[in-house]
Amino acid sequence: MSKFKFAMYWAGSCGGCEIALLEIKEKIVEVDQNYEVVFWPAATDFKYKDVEGYDDGFIDVCLFNGCIRNSENEHLAKVLRAKSKVLVAFGACATMGGIPGLANVASAQEIKDLVYRDSPSIDNPDGIYPQERYEVPEGVLDLPHMYDTVKTLDQTVDVDYYVPGCAPEAGQIAAVLDVVTAALKGEGPLPPKGSTVGVSPKTCCEECKRVKEEKKITSFRRIWEFLPDPEKCLLEQGLICMGPATHAGCGARCTGVGMPCRGCYGAPDGVLDQGAKMLSTVASIVDAPTPEEIAVIAATVPDPVGTFYRFGLPSSLLRRARV
Amino acid sequence: MAEDRIAVYFCHCGSNIAGKVDVDKVVAWAAEQPNVAIAREYKYMCSDPGQDLIKEDIQQHGINRVVVAACSPTMHEPTFRKAAAAAGLNPYLLQMANVREHCSWVTVDKGEATEKAKRILNAQIHRLPFNEALDPIEVPVNPAVLVVGGGIAGIEAALKLAATGKKVYLVEKNPSIGGHMAMFDKTFPTLDCAACILTPKMSAAGKDPNIELMAYSEVVEVDGYVGNFKVKVKKKARFVNTDTCTGCAACLETCVVRKVPSEFDQGLGKRSAIYIPFPQAVPLRATIDAEKCLTLKGKKCKQPCVTSCGPGAIDFEQKDELVELEVGAIIMATGFELWDPGQDARYGYGRLDNVITSLEFERISNASGPTNGEIVCKNGEPPKSVAILHCIGSRDLNYQEHCSRVCCMYSLKFSHLIKEHLPDTEVYELYIDMRCFGKGYEEFYRRLMDEGVHMVRGRAAEVTDLAMSPEEEGRLIVKTEDTLLGIVRRIPADMVILSSGLAPAKDAKAVSQTFGFGCSGDGFFLERHPKLEPVSTITDGIFIAGCCQYPKDIPDTVAQAGAAAAGALALVDNPTVKVEPTISYIDPEKCAGCHICVGLCPHVAIRYNEELKVAEVITAACKGCGVCVAACGSNVPQQHGYLDNQIFAEIEGAMAF
Repeated sequence: MSKFKFAMYWAGSCGGCEIALLEIKEKIVEVDQNYEVVFWPAATDFKYKDVEGYDDGFIDVCLFNGCIRNSENEHLAKVLRAKSKVLVAFGACATMGGIPGLANVASAQEIKDLVYRDSPSIDNPDGIYPQERYEVPEGVLDLPHMYDTVKTLDQTVDVDYYVPGCAPEAGQIAAVLDVVTAALKGEGPLPPKGSTVGVSPKTCCEECKRVKEEKKITSFRRIWEFLPDPEKCLLEQGLICMGPATHAGCGARCTGVGMPCRGCYGAPDGVLDQGAKMLSTVASIVDAPTPEEIAVIAATVPDPVGTFYRFGLPSSLLRRARV
Repeated sequence: MAEDRIAVYFCHCGSNIAGKVDVDKVVAWAAEQPNVAIAREYKYMCSDPGQDLIKEDIQQHGINRVVVAACSPTMHEPTFRKAAAAAGLNPYLLQMANVREHCSWVTVDKGEATEKAKRILNAQIHRLPFNEALDPIEVPVNPAVLVVGGGIAGIEAALKLAATGKKVYLVEKNPSIGGHMAMFDKTFPTLDCAACILTPKMSAAGKDPNIELMAYSEVVEVDGYVGNFKVKVKKKARFVNTDTCTGCAACLETCVVRKVPSEFDQGLGKRSAIYIPFPQAVPLRATIDAEKCLTLKGKKCKQPCVTSCGPGAIDFEQKDELVELEVGAIIMATGFELWDPGQDARYGYGRLDNVITSLEFERISNASGPTNGEIVCKNGEPPKSVAILHCIGSRDLNYQEHCSRVCCMYSLKFSHLIKEHLPDTEVYELYIDMRCFGKGYEEFYRRLMDEGVHMVRGRAAEVTDLAMSPEEEGRLIVKTEDTLLGIVRRIPADMVILSSGLAPAKDAKAVSQTFGFGCSGDGFFLERHPKLEPVSTITDGIFIAGCCQYPKDIPDTVAQAGAAAAGALALVDNPTVKVEPTISYIDPEKCAGCHICVGLCPHVAIRYNEELKVAEVITAACKGCGVCVAACGSNVPQQHGYLDNQIFAEIEGAMAF
């Protein structure tokens, strides 16, 4: 039996998703039995022209991780969409924009100014910035064009499935691969197009073992300020834990070791904007009698955009700040 | 499911809407929108012919969703939903688009108003396909009524309701009912003795078997909803057993603390630490002022009150008691406060002797008051000249914009009483306009003009004791412009009465929040509709009467109290009442049991199911406030009528172009 064609691509992201795939350990042997890698720049030596040369639909399944940050990401997203039967938005960046999506609070120029000119550690007296085109005797060198706005994969091309997580949990990846493999073999159905796969129903709180009681918050704290009670709900202890507004599926591993949930599994089913929803939740449990006291407590929320929209700014209703 | 066939009705509201919005243009546009089968305009949709349009279209043209673009839903949504129901359509498939309060009344430019009306309408056209058919929830009604405040309004409402056989709880924060009216000597314009007409009603309220009088008590918490309110009342400790106290007043005579300023006498008279506020008090029971009583302050006292009390009613161990009441309706009759003239230093109140408030004069002129009805200055001498200053703290943009409605008349009454007691005393009325609008009021004014009172048209500018001539020496001088003579005058007086306006009680806002309705901009309780529902509030089952709503005289107060009693009776006389089905629900398949909503529900309508590890809504207790919906991080509690998809569809419709 010929193997199914597998591709994985790394767009605007950190590379953690690539490592996460290997976290499935010996299961990778099974993947190798069923799939032939036809494109995976992190692991194998294929060139863009190779994949551009495939027939449309040549690839059976493509795991696409990373956001669409620049023209190169966009080009590969379009190419891989055309060449793949099943295109999976893999990981928080591809599904929601991810950490790089927080750059949507600024324009591309503002980012470049900070990185190449204004940062205190920069010494750049000539004001040299990277250029998209540079002519050298050997020919023209070019860099991809950096966009003002980070987009998700599905804001760029049509997406078949979503696997959230930063990075997706190994057990969930293995389960997703099993489903897709079975379907390709004709042994089972594919989930409905557009599904989020590799998650559990309900929210992170369902998987979190901590004891949950009524919540009344009088001040917000950060994790370095104190040692949280190991049994009690972290939100009740003043840590902004995104668990209540985050899809289950990770096994609540962060809260299990005393780290508040950062929301990487994205909004639960039925929630349109994870950050807004969590903001509404947090606002509801602030316990103060007067608007003035509420303002004092609210001022203790560290980095609101980075807290509530840590992974989801590009896919939120806000999308980005005005430039 | 059958296709959506939406009918759009655009109301002109006379010229209220049509004067700003190009109705024909909007209706022509609406007719082109998806799912819209019919689009019509009509001059007054709320009229019978207007409602008939809706009914005919539902019955004859297969309309299954309706949007009425007209006024605020708080005004006519019930009207149109009733019409839809009469034609066989579930009333919750009808939406209002508020193009009056939200559009024509608040938009200057006609073109902009027309565009805005389209958006407001489009929001509802987009929403309607997501509306669910809902059935009202029918709940039993508790026939008892709570009346808060034992002034003339509360007494009147309680008596009227008790006469129908309903159980009434009458809660009064002071030791006795009677309110402000009990402090007055005479009432305008008939000069009836206030006590003679009030005390029989007070006594009747105290004796009525259907009225449970809870004096010296305050409502601390209100929960529940129309037909089923749960109210917590704090019965403040009197340190006197009211069951055994006979009101003989023997203890009052023996108490060693005797110089406590009497609240009832506006501080002009004194009372003891154990006291009965006035001889006709109801209930006629003694009360110990815990802040003045030596024993209760932990000081030494021989406790003559205990030894003088025959029935042994004194009980220093008594504690505040919380009583829980269940009632079907509530009448608020919490009254007013006199505007404190000390806020405006020009009038010298609190600084100059013999500058007194109107309420202080009521007590001075009262036969059972601190001077036994003798009109005298602080030195005990009768005044040779009295100036009565109108509109203190009323009709004044610096303080209260409103006219307090009773001051002109009570001021005239004062003039009459002074002239009656002291015929040789000069009396000056300094007024802006003489507002004598009630039955017999204008006649009373004319009568006073014949009694030799000096009417000076002008607002007093200042009261001073700075003499500028020998005859002003040692007297109060009222500076004013006499606008009829066109001169500035200095009027010497021995007594100046400040006719203070009526102000909302200081705790009016807090009280309105406890009961769950609002205050208007002037601080008085807000009625549901200024013309047609002046005694209802936005909270079903809660009514208002008397000066807590707005300043008014005794006849108006009594009339309003009767109206509020009728409103409450119309509710509690039914075995059941229908409440809105727009309540929330929780899908146990989705709830993660995080507990966020559980503690937030203000109506204790959410409980945690330990077995299933999920939160549950107690349908009968849910009021549809939406707190749980907003709080849940995963949108599990959803509220009928305000589902996410309905609200997002509205937003999309409003922003579609």
